[in-house]
Amino acid sequence: MTHLEFLNIVTPFKDKVFRLAKRLLVSREEAEDATQEVLIKLWKNKAKIKEYKNVEAFSMTMTKNFCFDKLKSKQAQNLKIVHSNYQDHNVSLQRELEARDSINWVSKIMDELPEQQKMVIQLRDIEQFEFKEIAKMLEMNETAIRVALSRARKTIREKLTKTHNYGVK
Amino acid sequence: MLNNIENLLEKYNNGETSLKEEQQLKDYFSQDTVAPHLEMYKPMFNYFLVNHQETFTKPLPKTFGTKKVFNYKWLSVAAVAVLMVSVYFYKPFAPNELSITEAEKIEINNAKEALAIMSKHLNKGTAQVSYLNIINKAGTQVDYLKEVTNPMNRLFKKL
Repeated sequence: MTHLEFLNIVTPFKDKVFRLAKRLLVSREEAEDATQEVLIKLWKNKAKIKEYKNVEAFSMTMTKNFCFDKLKSKQAQNLKIVHSNYQDHNVSLQRELEARDSINWVSKIMDELPEQQKMVIQLRDIEQFEFKEIAKMLEMNETAIRVALSRARKTIREKLTKTHNYGVK
Repeated sequence: MLNNIENLLEKYNNGETSLKEEQQLKDYFSQDTVAPHLEMYKPMFNYFLVNHQETFTKPLPKTFGTKKVFNYKWLSVAAVAVLMVSVYFYKPFAPNELSITEAEKIEINNAKEALAIMSKHLNKGTAQVSYLNIINKAGTQVDYLKEVTNPMNRLFKKL
């Protein structure tokens, strides 16, 4: 497989890998590093790529495992992931200051969710994968995914309702 | 319509909506105005849409970690080539005359001529000064006069 062929396979989903990594690692730089690592690992296994039915799902699983390892080693070292990118969402898409504030608020709520729920929301509500695909990626069964998803969505709704009622931005 | 959205939200919160239904919700909440009692959902669906736009901006690695194995065979080929070239251009004790240019030769000749003229003039000078030797000779001849004075002294003593 040539470099170009590999890029053609990888390009459609590299952003998804990056977004999942960022969802878990929070910091943009770390997510970028993780994405590169995943792509390099894929390249090293390029001989086997054609055997995989779904390279995308396989890559997402790899990303998940890689980020979990990263988080574990961070915890072991008692380090907190430092990030300063609460506000780096695409600004052009946010018309109003108010809208930006509330979107940042959602971002904070998302960061507080357990890792599994973060991933499920990421893969379903942001990337719009089918439950079957998510099940493969996360190595879970579909029911467990629905449950996690429902919990995450309800948590977000509750927190948003609270802030909305208090008028706290 | 609103009723439909409320039903969908209920299903959504239970994790039972299909992707198509979720898209309906996203479309509804991306409108400028939504029902006031559902407004708290707006930032959430907006967040999902905005986050979907985020891209991996770092350039992809060019080689993907394919290690470039350094080829020692080519290193030896290069070394032999350098050695041969250096032997070809190496000339032990190149004679100095070869390195003198035409202009330098002319300059040397000029200098030689100038020195010759100078020595010629110096010789002329010494030749002229050599007349002084004759004066010296005359001086010694004048010494004979002393002998003339001797008998005179004797004469004066006697007186």
